Amino acid sequence: MSQKFRYKNYLLWFAQEHVDFRVAEMDSIFGMFNIKYNSIVKNKIHPFWVVQLDSEDDARKIASRSILLRYVIELWAFSTDLSCLNLQLQTEEVELVSTHMSSTFKIIVETFGKHFTQKEKIDKIENFKYLPYKGTVSLKDPDKILYYIEYYGLDANNVPEKPENVFFGRWITDGQRNLMKELSLKQRKFIGNTSMDPQLSVIMVNQTKAKEGDIILDPFVGTGSVLISAAKFGAYTLGADIDYQTLHARTRPSRITQKVREKDESVAANMKQYGIQDRYLDVIVSDFTKSAWRSCFQIDAIVTDPPYGIRESVEKIGTSKDSVSISEEQADSHIPSKVDYALPHLFKDLLNFAAEHLKMDGRVVFWFPIFRKTFTSEQLPVHPCLELVANSEQVLSSHSSRLLLTYEKTKEVESDDPPCVIGEDNFRDLFFNEREEKRKVRRARKCEERARMKREWEKRVMASVSSGDSAS
Amino acid sequence: MKLLTHNMLSSKSLKGVVVGYPLKIEAYDVKVTEVEFNPEFIAKVIPKIDYSVLIRAAEYLGHVGKLPGHVPENVEKNTDFLKEVHHALLEVEVVKGDLVCPESGRRFPITDGIPNMLLNEDEV
Repeated sequence: MSQKFRYKNYLLWFAQEHVDFRVAEMDSIFGMFNIKYNSIVKNKIHPFWVVQLDSEDDARKIASRSILLRYVIELWAFSTDLSCLNLQLQTEEVELVSTHMSSTFKIIVETFGKHFTQKEKIDKIENFKYLPYKGTVSLKDPDKILYYIEYYGLDANNVPEKPENVFFGRWITDGQRNLMKELSLKQRKFIGNTSMDPQLSVIMVNQTKAKEGDIILDPFVGTGSVLISAAKFGAYTLGADIDYQTLHARTRPSRITQKVREKDESVAANMKQYGIQDRYLDVIVSDFTKSAWRSCFQIDAIVTDPPYGIRESVEKIGTSKDSVSISEEQADSHIPSKVDYALPHLFKDLLNFAAEHLKMDGRVVFWFPIFRKTFTSEQLPVHPCLELVANSEQVLSSHSSRLLLTYEKTKEVESDDPPCVIGEDNFRDLFFNEREEKRKVRRARKCEERARMKREWEKRVMASVSSGDSAS
Repeated sequence: MKLLTHNMLSSKSLKGVVVGYPLKIEAYDVKVTEVEFNPEFIAKVIPKIDYSVLIRAAEYLGHVGKLPGHVPENVEKNTDFLKEVHHALLEVEVVKGDLVCPESGRRFPITDGIPNMLLNEDEV
């Protein structure tokens, strides 16, 4: 009995979006705050988990970071059957229920997988007449919000008559879904063609476990869309990018309605827009392969969306010429030439950089594009100092995906470490070959179609000519 | 560019350069902006930086204030000291200037507060 009141059950209700990221995000957040929990229902695909937590405070901490979480409910009763739920509320949980029934409240009915009218929902509330209400109903500003939730499963083509699960409890707090609107790219001052969507950028930052007062680096920073989420959670942000034009906002504007960029567009201006300029350190123009950071510079977390060579080119400073020299007069205005930078090499360099600069247990989080047909997990990078702790997939098209990979530093670099290994599959080549193949198939099909139409047309002409002949 | 960033930058990737640290600063435009004071962060950062490099950079920019020559003991409780370090690390910014490699004299320009650390193809 005492055990039961020490740990309460909480319902974590998730958005049914980016489902493959849910377990990873939650593991990171629980780990970040060092929260222990027992899970009672922890399903990979259903939009809810039931967990036991030490305190309501733990629930609030989790919700303060998660963008995949809609809300947390202190669960009073849950069952597969409404009559069982009623019984639980009337008998077992009567003490818990009555402590919250003396102030103003309202009951919200939510259903998943089946639609009900407002009238039907009110009828569902009527079922709870047996609750020992002492307070009054207040729809506008209640002290307590109670939720009754019916879950009808995920199969939209086969919705059951009765709900699969029913839940009743007290709303504790919302997750961070509001950040999607608050950090929306539509209202952001400075964006580029590949600025990261706010929801995914929050997930990325949560994967790093970066918290208040940490230093986080994005070595392929672009317009700084990932760092905004990091700064929002109180981390101090640093960025680097090889593209001078991007960091100085001299590239063509990405908005169709915008002819020229405004003079004051920058990563710093974005931080100011969101009121997080205190957490902005700097961005620098720098080639990742020629690091400008001193060797002993220690970082708490690294997070990045490197270029994949599809929408943004993958480049480093270099030349194909044998020997070049740039005279002193030229040097001031010289724009260094760039060469292609093979994607597997970029990832190797990224992991080596992370192993050198991360603090112990620090994390590096990045997107890894894959070609779905030929991908096997053996192609993932393996590093002696870093352990792969999470891997979530976002499907991009019928043939490609990207994986959000999270590695954690497990040991310091030593001179006799084996090298970092990675599959030499070049995503860019596979991507464009596949596209070329598909185009060829499409072209051949069209060609055939045209030939068929032509034959039919000729047949018709012949027929009309011969029938015309007979008429005359 | 803030002095915290300066403390972390080097020109070691230049051909022929061994340490490339610290970079000299030549500033033409320096700005001071108020940044929220976060004592825990400053206390955490102090062991990670090269304090003497910070002192020299702050001195050069005329913002050394009351910073002592060495890090005192019990930093966490020394709010006055943390505030001084906070000011030098985060509030003083070089908007326009150059970073100069101590070994080769190569200049890295700072424009609109953003240092350009790119090397030319003949320097790598």
